[in-house]
Amino acid sequence: MNFFKRFAQNRGALVGLIILALVVLLALLAPFLYPDSPWRMVQRPFLAPGEIAGFPLGTDTMGRDVAAGLAHGAWVSLLIGLISTVVALAIGVPLGALAGYFGGKIDDALMRFTEFFQTIPNFALAIVLVAILEPSTVSIVLAIAIVSWPPVARLVRGEFLSIKHREYVEAARLVGQTHRDIIIKQILPNTLSPVIVLASLMVATAILLESSLSFLGLGDPDTMSWGYMIGAARTVMRQAWWLSVIPGVAILLTVLALNLVGEGLDDALNPQLARAR
Amino acid sequence: MTLLSSVPGRLSVATLLVTLTAPVLAQETPQSGGVANVAIQPEPPGLMLPLVQNAPTQRVAGNIFEGLLRYDADLDPMPQLAESWEISDDGLTYTFHLHPDVTWHDSEPFSAEDVLFSVDFMRETNPRTRAALDHVADVTAPDDATVVFTLDQPFPAFIQAFEVGTLPMVPKHIYEGTDYYNNPANRHPIGTGPFEFAKWDRGSVIELDKNPDYYEDGKPYLDKIYWHVIPDAASRAAAYENGTLDIMPAGSVENFDIPRLSEMEGSCMTEAGNEYFNPFAMLWLNNREGPTADKRFRQAVMYALDRDFAKNVLWNGLGQVPSGPFTSSLAAHDDDLEPYPHDPDRAEELLDEMGYDGEPVRLLPLPYGETWTRWSEAVRQNLEDVGIHVETESTDVAGWNQKISDWDYDIAFTYLFQYGDPSLGIARTYVSDNIAKGSPWNNVEGYENPRVDELFEAAAVENDPDKRQAMYDELQQILHEDVPLAWIMELAQPTIYRCNVHDLITTGIGLNDGFKNAWIEQ
Repeated sequence: MNFFKRFAQNRGALVGLIILALVVLLALLAPFLYPDSPWRMVQRPFLAPGEIAGFPLGTDTMGRDVAAGLAHGAWVSLLIGLISTVVALAIGVPLGALAGYFGGKIDDALMRFTEFFQTIPNFALAIVLVAILEPSTVSIVLAIAIVSWPPVARLVRGEFLSIKHREYVEAARLVGQTHRDIIIKQILPNTLSPVIVLASLMVATAILLESSLSFLGLGDPDTMSWGYMIGAARTVMRQAWWLSVIPGVAILLTVLALNLVGEGLDDALNPQLARAR
Repeated sequence: MTLLSSVPGRLSVATLLVTLTAPVLAQETPQSGGVANVAIQPEPPGLMLPLVQNAPTQRVAGNIFEGLLRYDADLDPMPQLAESWEISDDGLTYTFHLHPDVTWHDSEPFSAEDVLFSVDFMRETNPRTRAALDHVADVTAPDDATVVFTLDQPFPAFIQAFEVGTLPMVPKHIYEGTDYYNNPANRHPIGTGPFEFAKWDRGSVIELDKNPDYYEDGKPYLDKIYWHVIPDAASRAAAYENGTLDIMPAGSVENFDIPRLSEMEGSCMTEAGNEYFNPFAMLWLNNREGPTADKRFRQAVMYALDRDFAKNVLWNGLGQVPSGPFTSSLAAHDDDLEPYPHDPDRAEELLDEMGYDGEPVRLLPLPYGETWTRWSEAVRQNLEDVGIHVETESTDVAGWNQKISDWDYDIAFTYLFQYGDPSLGIARTYVSDNIAKGSPWNNVEGYENPRVDELFEAAAVENDPDKRQAMYDELQQILHEDVPLAWIMELAQPTIYRCNVHDLITTGIGLNDGFKNAWIEQ
């Protein structure tokens, strides 16, 4: 069975993929659907969804188009989720690889360092980092990456520990390959499947983290994101519930989709486990 | 009614309306008794008004302490502890005749000696009072009921400086010769006011009792005032809705909740009592460097801002769009000045003319809550719409103070009190000898204009009202043209209260003036 067939056997994963594709499409089309800035005040404030044609999701407390905010926010959320995950992988994978491959004191040192980050609650650390660095897209990406790399490092280390004694690695060592070549060419490719699954879940976590930060007013003040939309609408919950609910549902769907896709990837990449389930 | 009583025509119309729509309100004789429950937000750091000047302190302690004068809605002086007063024709001698039979809350008599002591006390502890008393050469007490201030040159604004927050009376017999800041009486303040301090459960409620020996017959009418400390805005609103609170001073209700609460049955709202402080929202524009150093850029900012939108949407239509550097409530306001209209095309023209190259400008919002954050978003959008590239910096209150004090900003939100006279509240923002790092309240925009300095200095000590007005008119025209900073809004101070509370606000000082006239219809 090929990869996609195995993936598609998990119905949930397929649904997730479709939702995710729609969100990505929305993000990509945002500049064409709503070429104006989502911050622009275009109509009366507090329009309910559908109250006036052309504003299917209504307007917010300042008369900004909620649909435009949602579309542009999709782009921001996905981009921050992806980039911060890539940065987290860039930190976590090399550290885990070195620790697992060399073992001994290097392993001890790197793992104590990792544990140092793991002992601080994720969200608290992210808040502190953003507050110190002043909220901006760069500082938010950095903060999310810094709090989310330790699980990657531990996962990669575990994989390396189990793979480094396999025969083909021994063989590579015998023929005189350098450590660097063994790590990059022999072991790393074989650890990729669990890392890919983890990464898809990390994107979901990153989107949640970014939303939470924006909700608390620690988002980039110049970018429209879903978390910001909820945070700004929180105080008017009694007058205009839809302002919080619409971006809330968007976050829920996106994160759910990413989780479903992650599960599907896990099934597809580990066929034995999947069939046993 | 009281505010309108000086205008007979309007009074009759108002009376007519009242009789037509609500005959129940016809009763005008104050009734004694009853308890007022008021929201106070945030909890004041202390109640010793002569030492602690925070807004919530002024609001509560105006009941405990008193000044020599109060001011009506036109900022004309009214008697308080001074029963009457005379100003000599040369404008140099101010004679105050004190009300007889006034006692402190501990039953000691109040006399002219206390006034002399209070002047020294406030000069030592409060920079703003020090500035207002700058031209006072001598203060004497010819007898127990008379105080004479002698000035070194005429200073017409001097008569505005006797409000309870600026020059409260301090009991000499308690504070003389003590360490003011560590005096045990600070925790149980003693004044001459209509209400006495009873107790304070920190984080919960401040309790004031009626002063039974108050020198104005029959006053105050209320038996008690409870000031409730409720930090969460939604809980405060709920407490008003369910009847726990009767009076919601400005700032205790979120703007978007104002229509809902004020339209409840039996709920009234007033914007009166704002005249003396008149908070004026502005955008500091850094005159020293960057695009904001160019006058055309600053004018473009004025044309780009949609100030009516901010007023109508962010402040629910309360407040006023200013026409220039003086708020409309000031007597010296130049009524001929045309406000900058919202004209994005004109703004773009000006930007083209100066050759603005898209250099980004930083915008520093005021971290005072939701409304201010939304406001900075609206301003950013207004500026972006005319092609100005804006980057918002977010910060907390301490960071905001720091950045403005260090002149590390391009455009920054602020608001300032006016204190009734241009020489007390406005000159500080524009005169060049008030340029100094370290304070966010002086001439932080760095505007320097010798003619402006000269006019402010001359106008402050000009005794002839016409000549003074001519100078102030010229000043306003110069500033209006130069746009040293952007004037965005005269903020309203709406008070929401139950309609059966009468005469709550009777002066231009508003709630800060105390509740001595307030009564509850049973």
